[in-house]
Amino acid sequence: MKSTAELQDIVSQVRRDIVRMVHAVQSGHPGGSLGCAEFFTVLYHRIMKYSAVPFNMAGENEDVFILSNGHISPVFYSTLARAGYFEVSELATFRKLDSRLQGHPATEEGLPGIRVATGSLGQGLSVAVGIALSKKLNGDDRTVFALMGDGELQEGQNWEAIMYAAHNGVDNLIATVDLNGQQIDGSTKDIMGFTDMRSKFEAFGWEVLEMDGNNIDSVYQGLQSGIDASRKGKPVLILMKTEMGNGVDFMMGSHAWHGIAPNDEQLAQALAQNPETLGDY
Amino acid sequence: MNGLVVTDKKDTRSGFGAGLLELGRTNPNVVGLCADLTGSLKMDAFQKEFPERFFQAGIAEANMIGMAAGLATGGKIPFTGTFANFSTGRVYDQIRQSVAYSEKNVKICASHAGLTLGEDGATHQILEDIGMMRMLPNMVVINPCDYNQTKAATIAIAEHHGPVYLRFGRPKWPVFTDPNQPFIIGKAWMVQEGTDVTIIATGHLVWKAIEAAAILADQGLSCEVINIHTIKPLDDQAILKSVAKTRCVVTAEEHQMNGGLGDAVCQLLASNQPTPVEMVAVNDQFGESGTPDQLLEKYGLGKQNIVDAVGKVMARKNG
Repeated sequence: MKSTAELQDIVSQVRRDIVRMVHAVQSGHPGGSLGCAEFFTVLYHRIMKYSAVPFNMAGENEDVFILSNGHISPVFYSTLARAGYFEVSELATFRKLDSRLQGHPATEEGLPGIRVATGSLGQGLSVAVGIALSKKLNGDDRTVFALMGDGELQEGQNWEAIMYAAHNGVDNLIATVDLNGQQIDGSTKDIMGFTDMRSKFEAFGWEVLEMDGNNIDSVYQGLQSGIDASRKGKPVLILMKTEMGNGVDFMMGSHAWHGIAPNDEQLAQALAQNPETLGDY
Repeated sequence: MNGLVVTDKKDTRSGFGAGLLELGRTNPNVVGLCADLTGSLKMDAFQKEFPERFFQAGIAEANMIGMAAGLATGGKIPFTGTFANFSTGRVYDQIRQSVAYSEKNVKICASHAGLTLGEDGATHQILEDIGMMRMLPNMVVINPCDYNQTKAATIAIAEHHGPVYLRFGRPKWPVFTDPNQPFIIGKAWMVQEGTDVTIIATGHLVWKAIEAAAILADQGLSCEVINIHTIKPLDDQAILKSVAKTRCVVTAEEHQMNGGLGDAVCQLLASNQPTPVEMVAVNDQFGESGTPDQLLEKYGLGKQNIVDAVGKVMARKNG
């Protein structure tokens, strides 16, 4: 098992990848990506059991992850590359013509590690539920993980999936909500607040846990507790507090960097705050 | 009539139900999902025999489509069932992103399509679904014409890897195709050969086209009737070959003119062999409550409308 220090090195490199990818094409979503760097790193390097090569679309007898808020593709791509799904050099093709690294994750180009296209919000949880159902039918006891944004929960389809999973006891599913409190037009509490997210999910019949998404040990404990809470008749939800733009000081705490790319100077500043640990792509 | 024998009157949705039940027995990967319309979709026999492979989604179609995409990811062959309106317009973005763009092996099975749904009225009578579905890359679009063809199509699409939209309906309708027909996706059925005009029909209106051809035969006209059950991919060769002989076309479908079979045929002909075409279809209107027969007549989808369209297109050909 990788140590916390080793995971921290991966996080630092993933952050560099994110800002470099977005800077290179002057487009993409750095804020939410940076906020979830610890989550992706812990999930792929300490929690999930999977085979990166060869990539198996069906994910039989392995843990599967579905990213519903597809716009944070930079952190997903960096994580997949650093986990061995494809060469890190391919990160340089992000959002460019003929790339497998589309602006939002897609399967059409055959990028290993992506199981469904996401980007139009609110659809990933339903897909994750479907994969969890297929695992039950197949007698496959591995887990399905999913990540949604908090703003994304404004999409009604999520609540259809939330009702379905609870009613049908889909308990091999661990969904995480990235509570960064921000969406494009401002803070979620100003746009359309959720008041008490925990009691909403509990009222729907989910087991609810919490973790600090920007603390590696807390993310590990949270996901591990999620696994312990699974297979007890209820789907599991983890409320994960994060800071948008985490790790790059001038991007933190605001929705301004939701979908804005850094300029050359800002890139240099961001990279100076995150040492190169595993080698840039 | 034309050597065809009407053996029964049955609803095409029951052909779907029978096909799905047979698939349940022959293919363990086939699973069913339904959004609170199990009886209407005739999925109850499948549900009863294979309860562990049937998923009641409740009145939540978007989640049903997403779960189907997930089940397909896990190696299953999901058949989703609800009314055509809720199978397409309500969940267009879910189909577009989670199914079509993601190339998932999901079969979207849609009953109560078109005007022949009847008394429920325009909220439920979708006439735009073929257009919406044929615009999506990767999507196969099938609209069978009777019980037997619907059953055969249901069984055939399980063997096709990729998204399929299968459209059928509610009313009891003449059964006239072979119960043991081979169903080949994308292959037109030559119902009867003729020389004066090609009538290209899909779904319930295939029977109307056959009736119209019989009336026209009494008037001395020789109609070639082609059943296009697969609107996408279209059987280009069958249509072009027929048109080379007849040099005029009438299309007939229970759908809007915009986006439907007629549109697809015109697109083909304009690029390959410009030909006079008349479309028997709904002309940019919503439907309303009424009996299926009343509605087909009021909205211009009856056999007499096909007869009249043949008269018009023949005049244009000869004019």
